[in-house]
Amino acid sequence: MSSSDVTREGLRGVRPGREAETGAGVGRGRDRRRRGGRAEQPMVPQAEFTSYYGRPVLKPPGWKPLNIAGYFFLGGLAGAGSVLAAGAQLTGRPVTARAMKLSSLAAVSGSAAALVHDLGRPGRFANMLRVLKPTSPMSVGSWLLAAYGPAAGAAALLDRAPAVVPLPLRRAGGAAATAAAALLGPAVAAYTAVLAADTAVPAWHDGHRELPFVFVGSAAAAAAGMAMVVAPVAENGPARSTAVLGAAVENAATALLEHRIGVVAETYRQGTAGRLMRASQVLSAVGAAGALFGGRSRAVSAAGGVALLAASACTRFGVFHAGLESAKDPKYTVLPQRERLGRRRAGQSGARGRV
Amino acid sequence: MTGTTPRPDPAAEAGHSGGQARVGFFTDTSVCIGCKACEVACKEWNAVPEDGLELTGMSFDNTQGLGASSWRHVAFVEQAKPLGAGTAAVDHSGVDVLALAAQGSATPVEKAAITPTTPGPPSPDGRTELRWLMSSDVCKHCTHAACLDVCPTGSLFRTEFGTVVVQQDICNGCGYCVPACPYGVIEQRPGDGRAFKCTMCYDRLGAGMEPACAKACPTESIQFGPLEELRERAAGRVAQLHELGVTDARLYGHDPEDGVGGDGAFFLLLDDPEVYGLPPDPQVTTRDLPAMWRQAAIAAAGLLGGLAAVFAAHGRPGRNRR
Repeated sequence: MSSSDVTREGLRGVRPGREAETGAGVGRGRDRRRRGGRAEQPMVPQAEFTSYYGRPVLKPPGWKPLNIAGYFFLGGLAGAGSVLAAGAQLTGRPVTARAMKLSSLAAVSGSAAALVHDLGRPGRFANMLRVLKPTSPMSVGSWLLAAYGPAAGAAALLDRAPAVVPLPLRRAGGAAATAAAALLGPAVAAYTAVLAADTAVPAWHDGHRELPFVFVGSAAAAAAGMAMVVAPVAENGPARSTAVLGAAVENAATALLEHRIGVVAETYRQGTAGRLMRASQVLSAVGAAGALFGGRSRAVSAAGGVALLAASACTRFGVFHAGLESAKDPKYTVLPQRERLGRRRAGQSGARGRV
Repeated sequence: MTGTTPRPDPAAEAGHSGGQARVGFFTDTSVCIGCKACEVACKEWNAVPEDGLELTGMSFDNTQGLGASSWRHVAFVEQAKPLGAGTAAVDHSGVDVLALAAQGSATPVEKAAITPTTPGPPSPDGRTELRWLMSSDVCKHCTHAACLDVCPTGSLFRTEFGTVVVQQDICNGCGYCVPACPYGVIEQRPGDGRAFKCTMCYDRLGAGMEPACAKACPTESIQFGPLEELRERAAGRVAQLHELGVTDARLYGHDPEDGVGGDGAFFLLLDDPEVYGLPPDPQVTTRDLPAMWRQAAIAAAGLLGGLAAVFAAHGRPGRNRR
């Protein structure tokens, strides 16, 4: 169907290949079009979702679940734990305060190790502090950790510092570090939700309104669980109340998230993520019961605390795996976007009276 | 087409003042022949390593998709759909192929009962394959690029040409850009750890040359040039194809008002984007970031305030024993 000819005078009728008459001359289509026959195929409305050989549209993150979901858990435990430590110190619960400071230091150290370990080039971890970018939750988080980590460390170490360290330094420095860690802690516990939500991963991004509450609730429950394990019964009243509140917020926010994200909610209910999320619900119910009825028994309280820690970990790993699944299946990318496009087009044609 | 809307200038927004026109790709899939010269040229020029030689069984596509070591990817789609004014359900049972053969190859197209692209009779399992769509995919070099927004090291940056490039000496392989990309383009290279993607041949652009893929494309399916010019040319091409009866020709990624502010590399497609493995309505995730930070701030304040209230309610252990 080339329309050019080679003549003695050179090429005639050439056209750039990019103007090729694709589809012209196929069958008897052109004639039919002129006769006003079946030139145009009716556009069949999108009945079901299509994809390219079922391959994912998105790339799931290459993050290792143990590193990153583990960090979500540890960061929450550390951050909320620092608030509990400060509260315990202020209200005369020294055993709880000391234990929670140590727990936060251990958790934030584990967080940093997991984060560096997950880098493709661990040797370049310091590049994280090369710039401060508000558009990058990971950049903001790096700076947060750079401030929070030393504060949590100082709070824990000054609390147990040997007598060589002068008493005023131990007292004032310890109080300042404890307060700084308590103020930065909630930010550390909450920002990880933004870290996950600020991606194209449907299960995370679509839940960006609820995810911070899931994470903060889960962090509070985990830290309260840790306090129920380490603190004596006489001191653990606030921890037990926090445990019940945290578990309630975590579960309510999760339910709301699953309700709001439409078809993508399947990823929170199926497979590995589904099992983890269900385990989290059961464990947090057990933990909350332990918190409610553990006022007199250290063993009941501690068992409830362990259940809460496990519940929090299950939530973080569940959310992580739901994200992976939602990125791997093109259905969760295409269907919600199709719906959004359909709604927008319906709105447009309604407003302007054109397609 | 919203021709009057002022186009965003990402290079100027990023601080470049040279007045360099934004350049891009217009990939016209209607003339793609699936030769993969773009894939080869890209690998050769950019010294992109081999990333697996496997047969997928999905058409002729063994590259499978874009990734750390595939910066151009030719998709092959086989469809039982008509191309342009052709019809998929043509019955050729009455055609005498021997008589046709006797005519030789001089039969005018209009008189030919069978052309290379008309379908044969349906196979026993009912398939009437007719249309073969080929499309060379590439990084879209978004106006609002999520990968660039979320990069914590500043390794990803906006060039003076309006393109998005990874600085390999800075990338520490955090992998955040990977799930941030709404098109699934950028990826960490196994064994290396750092993130890689199309640079639109930044080195060649600097020397005033066109990218290797566009240079190698034999049908000008991949067209490189100033984005404004490409958009005009693309609009004309769609009109031409519609005139020819190819009514399902449409542009993808050309609209500066879409979820990513328009692509620096846009496409002419012959079917819905998802058929080619492209998202139908991509959005830059950072568009919702202010809302996310707000929710996180409320949640964090709630944690601090909630625990303060709990401790206040419980008081000191000695005085308020339950």
